[in-house]
Amino acid sequence: MARYAAYMATRAAAAALLLLTSAKTGSEPPSAAAGPGLGQPVSDAEIAVWDIGVFPDGTGLPPGRGDARQGREIYRRHCLSCHGARGKGGSAMALAGAQYGLTGDYPQKTVGTYWPYAATLFDFNRRAMPMQAPGSLTDDEVYAVTAYLLFLNGIVGEDERMDAVSLPRVQMPNRDGFLPMAAPPMEAPPGRP
Amino acid sequence: MAAGPEDPPRAPRDRAPPDRAQGSLRMDRRGFLGAGLGASVLGVVAARRAAGGALPEQPAMREAGAPFSNYGRPSPSEKDIVRWIAANPGAPGNGVSWCPLHELEGIVTPNGLHFERHHNGVPRIAPEDHRLLVHGLVERPLVFRVADLLRYPLRSRLCFLECGGNSNAGWHRRPVQAPAGYVHGLVSCSEWTGVPLATVLAETGIRGGASWLVAEGADAFAMNVSIPLAEARRDALLALYQNGERLRPENGYPLRLLLPGREGVLNVKWLRRLQLSDRPIMARNETSRYTELLPSGKARQFTGIMEVKSLLLAPSAGMSLPGPGLYQLSGLAWSGRGRIRRVEVSVDGGRQWQEAALEGPSLPCCFTRFRHPWRWRGGPAVLQSRALDESGAWQPERAALLAEHGRHGYFHYHAIVSWQVEEDGTVRSVYGDAGGGGSAAPADIGEDWF
Repeated sequence: MARYAAYMATRAAAAALLLLTSAKTGSEPPSAAAGPGLGQPVSDAEIAVWDIGVFPDGTGLPPGRGDARQGREIYRRHCLSCHGARGKGGSAMALAGAQYGLTGDYPQKTVGTYWPYAATLFDFNRRAMPMQAPGSLTDDEVYAVTAYLLFLNGIVGEDERMDAVSLPRVQMPNRDGFLPMAAPPMEAPPGRP
Repeated sequence: MAAGPEDPPRAPRDRAPPDRAQGSLRMDRRGFLGAGLGASVLGVVAARRAAGGALPEQPAMREAGAPFSNYGRPSPSEKDIVRWIAANPGAPGNGVSWCPLHELEGIVTPNGLHFERHHNGVPRIAPEDHRLLVHGLVERPLVFRVADLLRYPLRSRLCFLECGGNSNAGWHRRPVQAPAGYVHGLVSCSEWTGVPLATVLAETGIRGGASWLVAEGADAFAMNVSIPLAEARRDALLALYQNGERLRPENGYPLRLLLPGREGVLNVKWLRRLQLSDRPIMARNETSRYTELLPSGKARQFTGIMEVKSLLLAPSAGMSLPGPGLYQLSGLAWSGRGRIRRVEVSVDGGRQWQEAALEGPSLPCCFTRFRHPWRWRGGPAVLQSRALDESGAWQPERAALLAEHGRHGYFHYHAIVSWQVEEDGTVRSVYGDAGGGGSAAPADIGEDWF
């Protein structure tokens, strides 16, 4: 009922508005697809709180730092039970220690063999890991555990500090391993918006 | 601590119907074969026998029926028609549930049986607390409440939704013996209703250089992916309703992205954020996962469109034909490239093909039901279907798909499916061509991923 009352009030207001604008400009009624313009402006500061995405070039990386020595302890506490010692042998996917590459009968897709961008590791660890408490690690801890995973894969040194500048510069072994499939243009189906 | 693999789990070799009595799911080959997923076929036979040619008593006609209900449920007799769950024991919200396609008819999937793929569970979201943020390369970053979006002009669209990992057991060296839906049922079809994304983008404006849309969910995985903006502007919906009612929690309540014909993972559930960008974000789920490794060691990326596919469901694996005679072959076809133009069926392993009848409206990116009469004479037969879509693409034979993609792509398996009818009427899954290598070592792919 409340929804109906609100709807009727809105309709009345819209009708009044339409009369006003029509009288003023003589314009056509709005198209069937036009929205009522209810989006609320939002400040950059508010957006920054929600915007957790990190791009390959490091856009979106927060302040903070960590290295593999620090990361080892964080990994032991939050990751080892599922991902196994040194990133393999656990119940979850292997993160390191691939014996085979990506060709042949037993391809192994780990951070070292498959992931094209180091910044994606930070992005994913911060947004989704650990599974029981995603978002619970500090940015320093995420940098450190990311450094540890890169170290386990022989990509960075144990004392190499990862931060917003150094992490995106890490060259991943499979950086050029992907073939982006440009989606061929499809016929727009009738009845599209 | 239980992080887990987030890939859609591999299909078990043998998959049993869920055992509700024990409150858990069993995987028991004998249970599957004995209890019989051919219940729909066998049940008819049993009922006829019980009737014994006479008309049964109907005691329900001599007492008052049950009272009204606020929300209806299926008949208790249909309690075994359920999604089959395969989740990571260490992280039970990470896994899938398969839609029992082999038990359903028509083209619309009941909401309670729509397949699921969650990476870390179903969030509980109060709609009044949910927001959609649209920002990045826009003229005006804006926030929308769900109540706001409900006031926008809505559009409805019948279309299928399919996980990129659907049917991935097809890459295995040997065919999986499980009911059709529990191998190929990471696909469902609904009428989705929502606000065209284009309407909202008209309000925010789009700045020059914007070519990608990064979508993000409000779940414990903060699932994010990049989508070509031109595609999204053309037909994406901010979906609020599914088959007439508000979205189910497991399908993104209160708001999800809906991209007809595109890989399931792009249809971000619990949608909280849309960022317009001049490049993809290269999220974990568009690099490390949902990419298709080729024999060369390179991987196909951004393979968003679900290619043409068909699947014979009646009969299908696990069912049993009670005896020779006339049967109606029936199944579903769909394509992310538009309408289904033609479906053909073969009863001799692909030597001869006949055109099947397409039923009802043929809608773009939507399930299309096909039917074909078949007189079974009692001998062995291999039943197949193949579909042609309006882009001119035929569903490939398995050998052709493997020749092009190798065996380690994991995603986007859409080859012709073959069912072997034995002399005794039992139906089992086979590879109907030379691509199977059935006697090869059992080192199937992906076995260590779950």
